[in-house]
Amino acid sequence: MSSMTTSILPRPIHPTGLWAWLTTIDHKRIGILYGVTAFIMFLSGGIEAMYIRLQLAAPEQELVSPEIYSQLFTMHGTTMIFLAIMPMGAAFFNYLIPLQIGARDVAFPRLNAFSYWTFLGGAVMLKSSWFLGGAPNAGWFGYAPITSSAYNPGHGIDFWILSLQILGIASLAAAFNFIVTIINLRAPGMSLMRMPIFTWMTFVTSILLILAFPVITVALIEVMFDRFFGTNFFNVGAGGQPLLWQHLFWVFGHPEVYILILPALGIIAEVIPTFSKKPLFGYPVVVLSGVVIGFMGWMVWSHHMFTVGLGPVANSVFAVTTMAIAVPTGVKIFNYMATMWKGSISLTTSMLYAIGFIFLFVIGGLSGVMHSSAASDAQQQDTYFIVAHLHYVLFGGSIMALGSGIYYWFPKMTGRLMDEKLGKLNFLLVFIGMNVTFFPMHFLGLDGMPRRIYTYDSDMGWNLWNAVSSVGYLILALGVLILIVNIIWSVLSGEKADGDPWDARTLEWSMSSPPPEYNFEQIPIVHGIDPYWEQKREGLSTVPISGGSGDDDSHGIHLPQPSYWPPLASLGLFVSGYGLVYLSSSIGLVVSIIGAAITMVAVYAWSFEPVNDPDEGEGH
Amino acid sequence: MIQMKAKVIKGARILQEAVTTQHGTDHEYTTTGLNHRKLLMWAFLGSDCMFFGSLIATYMVYYGKSKVGPFPEDLFSIPITSVSTFVLLMSSMSMVLAYAAIRKGSLKGFRVWILSTALMGMTFLAFQVFEFYEFANHEVHFDCSQVGTGNLSAFEESFQNECIEGVTTVDGIHDSDGNNLTGLTPKTNLFGTTFFTLTGFHGAHVTLGVIWLLSLFFYSFRGGVTRERDLDVDLAALYWHFVDIVWIVIFTVVYLFGVFPGFPES
Repeated sequence: MSSMTTSILPRPIHPTGLWAWLTTIDHKRIGILYGVTAFIMFLSGGIEAMYIRLQLAAPEQELVSPEIYSQLFTMHGTTMIFLAIMPMGAAFFNYLIPLQIGARDVAFPRLNAFSYWTFLGGAVMLKSSWFLGGAPNAGWFGYAPITSSAYNPGHGIDFWILSLQILGIASLAAAFNFIVTIINLRAPGMSLMRMPIFTWMTFVTSILLILAFPVITVALIEVMFDRFFGTNFFNVGAGGQPLLWQHLFWVFGHPEVYILILPALGIIAEVIPTFSKKPLFGYPVVVLSGVVIGFMGWMVWSHHMFTVGLGPVANSVFAVTTMAIAVPTGVKIFNYMATMWKGSISLTTSMLYAIGFIFLFVIGGLSGVMHSSAASDAQQQDTYFIVAHLHYVLFGGSIMALGSGIYYWFPKMTGRLMDEKLGKLNFLLVFIGMNVTFFPMHFLGLDGMPRRIYTYDSDMGWNLWNAVSSVGYLILALGVLILIVNIIWSVLSGEKADGDPWDARTLEWSMSSPPPEYNFEQIPIVHGIDPYWEQKREGLSTVPISGGSGDDDSHGIHLPQPSYWPPLASLGLFVSGYGLVYLSSSIGLVVSIIGAAITMVAVYAWSFEPVNDPDEGEGH
Repeated sequence: MIQMKAKVIKGARILQEAVTTQHGTDHEYTTTGLNHRKLLMWAFLGSDCMFFGSLIATYMVYYGKSKVGPFPEDLFSIPITSVSTFVLLMSSMSMVLAYAAIRKGSLKGFRVWILSTALMGMTFLAFQVFEFYEFANHEVHFDCSQVGTGNLSAFEESFQNECIEGVTTVDGIHDSDGNNLTGLTPKTNLFGTTFFTLTGFHGAHVTLGVIWLLSLFFYSFRGGVTRERDLDVDLAALYWHFVDIVWIVIFTVVYLFGVFPGFPES
């Protein structure tokens, strides 16, 4: 059977160049692809934010029209959540999980490639809506019935629905892959309670993903059917209830919040012990609190809907669960601080970002507890106070942690250290800029400034803090610019890093930087929570853990071979996504059928293609 | 120190086992001993539970909320749907037999049972197509003398204005072009919207399953299905049983609750 498929398309055998990247199934390369794409998307979301801050810098401005403004905040939110933070997390999952658990790749390398290319297709599709008749404009949670064709006849919402569906497929495929990888590919001795916290949090995040995404898939299908086929899901005239959308969206949406923050908490738990020279304080409690957050994340969704009128009983229950979920989160924060306590702390840029994370995430967490009280939330709902809160947890939380992760693992990925002077300047500007931008929003919100208004009267008393916030954006943007400069400069001519520049604890540091294609020459044996420290300090290793010796002899290591089919299957989804947007025309119908056919053929050929062609050499 | 040494030796032994199992042909080393693909399938089914859970929740939230008919009791025929349900449940049994056959290495038995599973799946789908067609073309027929006696359904009563002077029976309601106005489509009401979406997605799952089963059937003639690769059949079987179980829930919640009085009405 393999001969049949190879006759359609031979196995790609390009070790370098563009084709190597297009057909790669190496988790490290896919991780880098994810990271670069997500960073570009982060910048594009930042540009959308720039227009928002410019427009709001002074009262009664007309830089952008109200129509464009709605598209800007919708795209800013959707981009940052689905195209920047989630895939940035995925970049670290991809690069690090196999290294941390002592595996040579993920469990399904081709599925992994499929995830990335599908994600890229969804991202391009969403962004292309700007140039194809207008971006979506219903906010990132697209409340019904604003998304119905009666109120929103353009194609913007169609792009939003279909690109989110495609991104959902990508996330689901990746999450299945990581669940299986983490359960099934741990090196001997790496029991669950010896896994690095980052791996643990990836595991919890993946479980949240596979359970939460089907819910949004169904919700989006319902909107799609309403728009395309005239069904009545959210048609109030026929008895449909917009409230159903809110429930379905937030049953997905709240676990999604933890999908964004748990990887961040995992990164911090890797960085802080390394730079404090102390094992993580209370490892089992940190694991458990992560699992509890993942579980309780399902019980709090209605706190997004306190002002809908669900009644006092529902509001009280969700208020209590929301307050309760602050407990495991607080436990983690205290564990991180206790890890630093009396540690020998080195204030590298990565560590500064981690400390900045703790500081800012606590502020965001506290304002979160403030609106967990339904009565208090009634004053804050849909004001800038909420905008301030969510930016403190998503920027102050997720992005700061991702920044910490970039500085921490950059030497591992590239073999070069990032510049520390530029790094500290970068951290300082981002930290100050972030606070100057988002802290005044607390005041604006408590003063009653609503979200999503494109301008405001000059006598509302909101002029000063809006101007301050816009200045903050400039500082923040300068900080990000320096990060870009630092990354480019360091890739080209940064100081060379050896395998273990930080005297770190986990297995990924036990090999050369960047790691060899096969990761581990011999699968390591794990003796404890900090296996590499134990190897370095207690000599607890019988197996020479791979790499760096210049010994390129990889005979006997069967690496999965590259394949054309995963990117082709993704291409089919991408094509049919565009076709479905224009389903009302016959061309759209034809295009969507062609796309579906490409995907079907590719999936078929893929399932008949062996992971390794046995007759073709080994060690590619 | 001694303890440490013991640990190391134990670790080495684990590695030794890992290496030896890794060299066994199809059975790669995994931490838990479970196959990767089987684990993936279970994770997928967990995810699919949330998918159908959301669709069923939507159906139940909108149950009894339709403003116009036809309503479930006007359309459902429990005897007919019971037959198709029975066929689908029996297909699960033949799926088990197909898997048992390949485990024993009986290729012939495998082919017989996998084909009958696929055929029963197709029978179920044929019933579903028939049912959708019938629902879309549902017509009201009643005797005008029955109006107001309590013998007519609410849906039929809603057409009592048709009983004008000289009309004794109503035989379908049509517009000027002769189109039937009393059928159920996804656009008709909330019941139509949620019913067709839920059962349609289930039907799509069955269709995918039939394609999968037929692929295995034809693949077996090219030597692709063997005793050593029984996992390929096992995975299809897991999927097939799952789709069956979902149907049991749908049959209960949608059909039985929809027809029998006394079941919860919100």
